[in-house]
Amino acid sequence: MAFLALDNLSKRFGTQTAVDGLSLGVEKGEFISLLGPSGCGKTTTLQMIAGFVEPSSGAIRLEGEDLLAVKPAKRGLGIVFQSYALFPHMTATENVAFGLEMQGIAAAERARRVADALELVGLGAFAARYPRQLSGGQQQRVALARALVIRPRILLLDEPLSNLDAKLREEMQIELRQIQRTVGTTTILVTHDQAEAMALSDRVVVMNKGRAEQIATPLEAYEHPATAFVASFLGKTNLVNGVAVRPERIAFAAAGLVGTVRTRIFQGNHWLYQVDTASGLVTVIRQNTGDAMPEEGAAVHLVWEARA
Amino acid sequence: MKSTPYLLALPALLLFAAIVIVPLGMTVVLTFHDWGQYKGIEPVFILKNWREVFSDSYYAEMFERTFRIALLVTLFSAVFGAPEAYILSRMRSPWRGIFLLVILGPLLISVVARTLGWALLFGGSEGLVNKALMELGLIDTPLPFMFTETGMVVALVHVLMPYMVLSVWAALQRLDPQVENAAIALGAGPFTVMRRIVLPQAMPGILSGAVIVFALAASAFATPAIIGGRRLKVASTLAYDEFLNTLNWPLGAVVAVLLLVALVIIVVGANRLVERRYGQVFR
Ligand SMILES: Nc1ncnc2c1ncn2[C@@H]1O[C@H](COP(=O)(O)OP(=O)(O)OP(=O)(O)O)[C@@H](O)[C@H]1O
Ligand SMILES: [Mg+2]
Repeated sequence: MAFLALDNLSKRFGTQTAVDGLSLGVEKGEFISLLGPSGCGKTTTLQMIAGFVEPSSGAIRLEGEDLLAVKPAKRGLGIVFQSYALFPHMTATENVAFGLEMQGIAAAERARRVADALELVGLGAFAARYPRQLSGGQQQRVALARALVIRPRILLLDEPLSNLDAKLREEMQIELRQIQRTVGTTTILVTHDQAEAMALSDRVVVMNKGRAEQIATPLEAYEHPATAFVASFLGKTNLVNGVAVRPERIAFAAAGLVGTVRTRIFQGNHWLYQVDTASGLVTVIRQNTGDAMPEEGAAVHLVWEARA
Repeated sequence: MKSTPYLLALPALLLFAAIVIVPLGMTVVLTFHDWGQYKGIEPVFILKNWREVFSDSYYAEMFERTFRIALLVTLFSAVFGAPEAYILSRMRSPWRGIFLLVILGPLLISVVARTLGWALLFGGSEGLVNKALMELGLIDTPLPFMFTETGMVVALVHVLMPYMVLSVWAALQRLDPQVENAAIALGAGPFTVMRRIVLPQAMPGILSGAVIVFALAASAFATPAIIGGRRLKVASTLAYDEFLNTLNWPLGAVVAVLLLVALVIIVVGANRLVERRYGQVFR
């Protein structure tokens, strides 16, 4: 029996189905990502687990207990909202302490745990600041500390990194993963960024139109996409004669599919090619090894390993 | 050109000076003039009027009444207006507009009609309000309305409440509903969410609403004039009487200037307090 079990979960808003028969088992300590395009029902799923949206049908069980019978305030889940939802009139310390106050933790222990949590997210020096006086990344970390400090049974993260710039996002991804490893909290992350999902998760749930198209490890979903949607959503893909081939699996060789290089783009650690062939335009990604590569207009031959 | 903005502001400045600064200055000068029943106003410099106002307990009582009424009106406006604003901010599209109109309604009705309406509602032992209160056992004898502070407070709360509601509503507009959800998820009950999360965020709105309501209540004229008449006077009706009935302009000027100075001190002080308390939290 899974730690957290979503059983045939559905949510309809009027005539529209936001989540459609989603079933998912999450193991204790696991890091799971809900991945999919905008409007596919990720937030709705998360809000149903949190208790702020009532499912139209289906069940949610946490450690065998019916979670839908428990009030949101009693579920003991840590949530980081997309907008952070920090309490604007409280300092970072007061924000983090709020959940412990609600649990009736004594002042001394509370102070110690709040300080530890802020230290964990690297904000020890900012404890006395109000949210307005913190950068987006710092606010996000306060929200994370606030969710973690109550030692939640599950950590729910709704696109927590989407407001950050690329560099900070990458740093925060590494930090988030490290924190999750250290604390060991079962985590569900909502994101529409496939790179983020693959970088962080033990397993990804690729969602489309309210349904789970595939639930698998990132590597498995990438290498063996269950549907055409999953293949196209997880990175670039070529369809050559009806077969899906990843661009980085295609190599230049002495013989193979004949083509002409249309464009060649240098991207630092790799080259990105667009090659005209009899089967249409093919995208090729090659590692930059420092060797000379075919130029634009050159005639090339493409080969790839056949895969299931 | 550097002076252009100043030149552009000049017409407005001149108008401001002409209709505010100059009459105000003249009023202040007036407070030092002498006045007699038969000789009228004499342009001399004496402190007689100021002495009279500060030595006669009648004036102290009257100012006390003015500010007591203003304080009560502010208090009731906040107690009723803030929850009203919260409910309003949670309403959906058609209802919000309708109820906003209901709240702004009093501002659209003539002060005479409104006050008369209240007088009828109380209206001795036969009035609806008095009947209801007596039925409920809250009072034994009918509450008098005309010529009482109760009447003034009730009528002023009615007309000044919209300012409080709008001010709090504006503050609540910035409130992210997810913030309340965040508090709930951390284990807070509805009462705690209200007290610890919503109220503190509405506080700047309540305080600025209170400043507006207090200033308007303390300087209100029409409502106290109709309800209090010449029997129960507040600062503004007293000044009016001195100007237009007794014709003792210098004394009326002292009352008017004192009211203005007191209000400016209170309003500026309250603003300072709000700034100091909430400056770093909200922008
Ligand atoms: N309260 C609501 N009332 C009506 N429809 C809703 C409501 N909440 C969500 N929906 C609809 O349900 C669908 C799923 O919404 P949801 O917010 O779960 O998407 P999402 O996957 O989180 O998208 P995004 O990546 O843009 O945040 C959308 O089509 C949305 O319009
Ligand atoms: Mg969403």
